[in-house]
Amino acid sequence: MGPLARLKYWAADRAHFAIVLAFSIFSAFPFYWMIITTFKRNSDLINRDNNPFIFNEPPTLEHLRVLFHDTLYGIWLWNTAFVGVLVVGITLILAVPAGYALARLSGRWGEHLGIGIFLTYLVPPTLLFIPLSKVVVGLGLQDSLWSLVLVYPSFTVPFSTWLLMGFFKAIPRDLEEAAMIDGYSRLGAFAKIVMPISIAGILTVVIFSFTLVMQEFVYALTFISPVKQYTVSVGVPTFLVHGDVYFWGSLMAGCFIASVPIAIVYNFFVDRFIAGFTVGAVK
Amino acid sequence: MATVETRNIRKSFGSVQAVNGVDLSTKEGEFLVLLGSSGCGKTTLLRMIAGLEKPTSGEVLIAGEVVNEMPPRARKIAMVFQSYALYPHMTVFKNIAFPLKAQRMGTEAIRQKVEWAAGLFGIELLLHRKPRQLSGGERQRVALARAVVREPAVFLLDEPLSNLDAKLRASARDELQQFQRRIGTTTIYVTHDQVEAMGLGDRIAVMQHGKVRQIGTPMEVYDEPADTFVAAFLGSPPMNLMEGKDCLVGFRPEHFLPKEAFPMTGAAPVPFRVTRLEYLGADRLLYGVLERPFPEQKVIARLPSTVSIPIQPGERYEFVVQEKDLRFFDRDAGHRTEARPLVAQFA
Amino acid sequence: MKLVQGTAPVKVASRRVTFAHLRDREEWLGPLMIAPAILYIVLVVGFPFFLAIYYSFSDITLGSRSLGFVGLKNFAAVFGNTNFRTALWNTFVFAVGSQLLVLVLANMLALALLKDFRGKWFFRLLILLPWVAPISLGTIGWLWILDSTYSVINWTLQALRIIGPKARLIWLGVPYLAMGSIITVHVWRLLPLATVIILAGLSSIPRDIHDAAQVDGASFWRHYFQITMPLLLPVAMVALLFGVVFAFTDMTVIYVLTRGGPYDTTQVLASLAFFTGVVGGDTAEGAAISLYLFPLLLAVAIAFLRIARRSEVT
Repeated sequence: MGPLARLKYWAADRAHFAIVLAFSIFSAFPFYWMIITTFKRNSDLINRDNNPFIFNEPPTLEHLRVLFHDTLYGIWLWNTAFVGVLVVGITLILAVPAGYALARLSGRWGEHLGIGIFLTYLVPPTLLFIPLSKVVVGLGLQDSLWSLVLVYPSFTVPFSTWLLMGFFKAIPRDLEEAAMIDGYSRLGAFAKIVMPISIAGILTVVIFSFTLVMQEFVYALTFISPVKQYTVSVGVPTFLVHGDVYFWGSLMAGCFIASVPIAIVYNFFVDRFIAGFTVGAVK
Repeated sequence: MATVETRNIRKSFGSVQAVNGVDLSTKEGEFLVLLGSSGCGKTTLLRMIAGLEKPTSGEVLIAGEVVNEMPPRARKIAMVFQSYALYPHMTVFKNIAFPLKAQRMGTEAIRQKVEWAAGLFGIELLLHRKPRQLSGGERQRVALARAVVREPAVFLLDEPLSNLDAKLRASARDELQQFQRRIGTTTIYVTHDQVEAMGLGDRIAVMQHGKVRQIGTPMEVYDEPADTFVAAFLGSPPMNLMEGKDCLVGFRPEHFLPKEAFPMTGAAPVPFRVTRLEYLGADRLLYGVLERPFPEQKVIARLPSTVSIPIQPGERYEFVVQEKDLRFFDRDAGHRTEARPLVAQFA
Repeated sequence: MKLVQGTAPVKVASRRVTFAHLRDREEWLGPLMIAPAILYIVLVVGFPFFLAIYYSFSDITLGSRSLGFVGLKNFAAVFGNTNFRTALWNTFVFAVGSQLLVLVLANMLALALLKDFRGKWFFRLLILLPWVAPISLGTIGWLWILDSTYSVINWTLQALRIIGPKARLIWLGVPYLAMGSIITVHVWRLLPLATVIILAGLSSIPRDIHDAAQVDGASFWRHYFQITMPLLLPVAMVALLFGVVFAFTDMTVIYVLTRGGPYDTTQVLASLAFFTGVVGGDTAEGAAISLYLFPLLLAVAIAFLRIARRSEVT
């Protein structure tokens, strides 16, 4: 390599790194901001002469204490997990067979049906929550987390069915046919071959559904009024924001704790998510 | 062991007739090859025998029993796919054990059977690996071991060698045949490769447009082609076909030799102008045209290296075909007709 | 076999539909597997959807029980309203603006992440954070960053002497800044998903195609626009489809940051429907506003599915 080529290579390498770094800062800055605010004293926060990027006064755990002792944050976390697990379960029960049937067992009508299911995902919650709140009241589920368990699959199922359909379609038919010749029924081949191979897809659906549940705001805000039944995404912004006086430290702590751990879990699945598209074992 | 039979079987996909009335019947322990170019319906036929496609009409019989309504798993068949279809999430051991698990066989019995099957193909040392860690040849052996392990009544093989490189293919062909002879299971083998078909098959069924054009031993289909399609499909280069007065006259390139090669024959000489020569080592291929009284038509001659007569492109030579090597076909329908004097056709 | 019996018991194949039978009957198995999902969707999406249409033709309010039929009155009233037309315009600015940015940036980022480098997993984790964090919580983080008094951005701009020491940009209080802010936050939030989808598309392009282009001496840009981009199109369409759906239907960012303000300059259809239908209690008119959203989304979705399918075929 000549010196010029080497310089070019070096410059490209730097530019590449700069791009990655810039995006990382853009994406992660609000979370850095959450964590630094969490541990800052209020007096430090409101002094506009202080450099806001660093601790000008010793850090404090006061905001965390307020969050866990004076608010129902812990209960909200538990509520969210409760709804999340149930919704993920319902989503898998409904979407896995449906996705497989659409990918394999139906001809043209299946294609249209698949698009139809996907389009239901486009019906916005802002359109459905008015009639749904009447339905929820009719079923006696108002102010109960069960109302969310009932309604949340309405956005996780269409999305997951669509995603799983894609995953199942990517699996070579030969594998199922081989299993059917090897002594299994279509259903057996699905359970023994298709499911284990598409574990990456199924986990992706689990993670996607769970994050969608954590994100949901409008339904939870509308269906549930007792503070004890809030989920994190509603509890933090509605209960911790008192008029114009914001408990910024506790707010940021609440946001950070509910965001970052799941992001780390999620990161492990992104590899499988990306690799899951191509199963390299055939040929 | 069992026989496979199809009775007037048909399959259409929409308006496309993939298989159009095939009657086929294997013998016990036979190695039957379905040969044809892609899209001729051979794979669809195999898949119907396997139960992976439902015939539009007609019947499939395995061991004398109509199996149309049986799912694949009930048919006592094993199949090797072109892609091998190894289960990517299982080790080689588990791949081979998979059909046995379906039969709810005991763990120890499974272990013994898997080791036996692996031993047949020399893959005992690969049992703990995953398919993606195997070479093409190894994958093919695993696929065969998985097919053999539960001792099926019939083997179905869908171009199992097409993903191997040429050198490996030759040795795999040899192993496959030896193995089939040893276990003696009825085998149906799909391929588009005529060398594979000729080398492996007890009989070959040549297919075109969803129909079987001819079925017979390699010798029969090569030497006595039933029609012009089979004549032109088999052999490389294919049979030369000349248009005569009331029939087509065919002869193989290797039977079209210089007059000097047959000093004793009384056959009429055929004037042949060579335009191009390919030297292939064992053979020489001569491309050229016939001259009067024959129609001016392109033909190919194949001279074995034992015929050392010097040939120059651009020159005219006297060639002959022995009477017994001539084949006659109907001009319109293409099927074989009775032999007749050559001279009368080109008077 | 005894021939004594006149009528030998003929074994008739059982026609009963048992489970063992069913699992081999693909024409039954397919519909059966799909039925629960369809049933659920019909009950929890289809039924309320038609209920919403019904409401939009009625004079229902949050408190009342009356359901008088008023025809197209709500739709006409909504369309005659200036607020609505502003919101319609804002929706397009918001959705198109954020989607263009997301597509361009996600492409850049995906290309950068395709390459292997040290610490890649860590940077990818950082980049994924906004997508995984509950959006209402992430947006609160931004609310604090964009705070009118304590904005860290203002502090930085002052420290860098870009703006005067006393100057303050009220990020969420000035029309254009507010629109810029919500678009930025939305881009921040959607960028990870689009990047992951496009990255998957990039990784699925066969290696030899890139090698061939390299051998042919294509420059980076030519390579990108003539090889990578066409192959990426179907996947990019999926990313865009999701993005547009989110941009048109989600109102959380706007609700938390500006509540549609200042002076409705960031009000979009989704948030207007919320404020009219829930906060304002005019269920019928809220439903009508939401319904204006639906044909738009339908058109967008059909267009993208068409493009995606066409490029899959060729």
